[in-house]
Amino acid sequence: MSSTITRPKDTMNPSKRAKHDSKHHTASGQIRIDKPDQEESDEPVTSAIEMKDLSSWYGKFQALKSISLNVRKNKVTAFIGPSGCGKSTLLRWVNRMNDTIHTAHATGSLHLGDLDVLTNTTDVVDLRRKVGIVFQKPNPFPKSIFDNVAFGPRLHMKLRRSELLDIVEWSLRKAAVWDEVKDRLHAPALGLSGGQQQRLCIARTIAVGPEVLLMDEPCSALDPGSTLAIEELMNELRSQYTIVIVTHNMQQASRCSDETAFFFEGELIEMNDTQSIFTTPKSRRTEDYISGRFG
Amino acid sequence: MSENDSDDDSQLTGNSPDSSATESQNERSKSGKRLASSDASKLVASRVRITKDIRFRQMCIVTASASVLILVFLLGSILVSGVPALSWTLLTGYPEPEPENAGMWPALMGTLWVCTMCALITLPLGIGTAILLEEFTPRNKLAKKVLSLIQLNITNLAGVPSVVYGILGLTAFVSMFSLFDASDNSDGPSMEMGAIYFDQFSNVASDPFLTTGEEDAQERYFLIPVESRDAPATVPKTGILAYENSKEGLKKVEIIAIDPFSEDVSSDPEVMSRTIDSTSTPGRISEKQWYYLRLPFGRGVVAGALTLMLVILPVIIISTQEALRAVPSTLRAGALGLGATPWQVVWNVTLPCATPGIMTGSILAMSRAIGETAPILIIAGIVYIRSAPQHLMDDYTVMPLQIFNWTSRPQEEFHSIAAGGIVILLAILLSFNAVAVMIRHRMQNKLQ
Repeated sequence: MSSTITRPKDTMNPSKRAKHDSKHHTASGQIRIDKPDQEESDEPVTSAIEMKDLSSWYGKFQALKSISLNVRKNKVTAFIGPSGCGKSTLLRWVNRMNDTIHTAHATGSLHLGDLDVLTNTTDVVDLRRKVGIVFQKPNPFPKSIFDNVAFGPRLHMKLRRSELLDIVEWSLRKAAVWDEVKDRLHAPALGLSGGQQQRLCIARTIAVGPEVLLMDEPCSALDPGSTLAIEELMNELRSQYTIVIVTHNMQQASRCSDETAFFFEGELIEMNDTQSIFTTPKSRRTEDYISGRFG
Repeated sequence: MSENDSDDDSQLTGNSPDSSATESQNERSKSGKRLASSDASKLVASRVRITKDIRFRQMCIVTASASVLILVFLLGSILVSGVPALSWTLLTGYPEPEPENAGMWPALMGTLWVCTMCALITLPLGIGTAILLEEFTPRNKLAKKVLSLIQLNITNLAGVPSVVYGILGLTAFVSMFSLFDASDNSDGPSMEMGAIYFDQFSNVASDPFLTTGEEDAQERYFLIPVESRDAPATVPKTGILAYENSKEGLKKVEIIAIDPFSEDVSSDPEVMSRTIDSTSTPGRISEKQWYYLRLPFGRGVVAGALTLMLVILPVIIISTQEALRAVPSTLRAGALGLGATPWQVVWNVTLPCATPGIMTGSILAMSRAIGETAPILIIAGIVYIRSAPQHLMDDYTVMPLQIFNWTSRPQEEFHSIAAGGIVILLAILLSFNAVAVMIRHRMQNKLQ
């Protein structure tokens, strides 16, 4: 995303804006979003992802109900909520991974900068280059460590060997796994530990130069030590990437996110900066969930 | 059996108190309630269950060793009668009327030609079909229905007896539904490529009637290329360039055409060696490249390969599908998430991961093709083939057919060389499988 959008609504054409505004009134019970407007005076608010009235279905089952939220640029945004609340579905719409599920469809709008993500004409391949995703279980390809990181760049670019080496080293350093693998770049990636594999997957993702990193419960299959390493990594990456993380771990959300969105049964209940969500939640259900009364 | 199961359950569930213990067992099993562990009278003594376990294990050992014993007996009897018949002649010789000189070289080469062609045709087709069915499932409902129909048919085709495919191959490939017959009056095929036709003349010196008495006047043949099989016969003229079939291969010479009855034959050996009789009629011969193709295919190698393709294609498709299905979907998601197109996912991730499985299935299918007799019997016929195939349309025989041929002879000696042939066939099949296992292991080790 080259252009920085200071006012989210300016990017939409008038007809769309009218449509969304009218719908916005019907989407009640959402406390979101007034915050960025309030902050406008102090610093320019830059949204990386803007969603308006995003609803999604798997066949007849509605997984997301009219979600509207903005994800701010170069911040870590956490999506929390009980299982089946739609947070992963929402995440997977941002880079259209839901396309692989044939029954999935969505209405509403989802913009990545000035790119309209949900239209049929969207170049999904290019979109996924801009929006990287890290999955729950580490999924390195059964190739060497080098080939894993070089996989993405090779898909999109024609590179000389030396350039490729530079990218691989840069990505592995960025993902804080270089020191552990530099002596065995051509060893099979599946020989690494779970935490190393997950950092390798992050390196693989940032090797194609994305702007947004989606993380779908990236630590739920890892031990506490590896989890800590990933969280530190996220902390370092936030300056260059917009990070959205889906997590079941409330402590993780409170530790490493700037903003938190709480979902429940397909609805966005509350979105605010993490501090406020965890200390003074506005919604009763958020409070119940955070304090462990359900979920 | 179901009673025992529910008893086992009751032990597993342990201490959970259940008030249904007093109900009769029938009612309990009908209502599906669990037995209480406190109901000791319903427990099966662990000794009984352990005995059953041992019995079952013994039964498995008996059935497994029975099949192994049968195999060992078969292999043993073949080795006993076959190994003495093994000889270099059997491997490299040609089928002769005398058993001691007979060999299976043409059959070996025939098998090699047919199976190589079959693999070259079948693997891309089968793997491609499997990729379409597994990796590119359409959203469109009609297309989905069509694909599921194809899937159903492939599964059914895997069970069709191979002799049926032989008959199908006879119609579809050997005669090609008679589409290419009677298109003209010539005896030849209606379409062909890869063959060069020559008119062949003999040197006057080779004609005993005209021989000048020179001792070293050797017989020479000249080949003059012509346009096609049906081109009019070449009229020999002095100065035409011709190829001479000499010991060093084809040599270009300028021929001298004379009428030996009206003109004198030169006595100069150099001139005489290039002189041909201008009144003679040439013989039409052809030189066929290895890729010689004609329509219809006739009883040649290609028809055999295509018929074997029919036999093994369903097997290859199904085993490839299984191999593709075994690739974890997280890998596909990972590649898609990096911005790979579906084709890049298939080529860079799915196919490499599935290769060991695909290879296993394909090599097993090829082993089946090597041993297949019935369809080849129908489309090639029991022909007495005395040479290895030279081109794709050449007549051929395969090893199982040669063995069949020998076993049907009355002489005892032929039966023993047939056993020797079986040993060779088995050795080839086993080495094929061994190579497959080796490659698979190496690839798997490389991946993990």
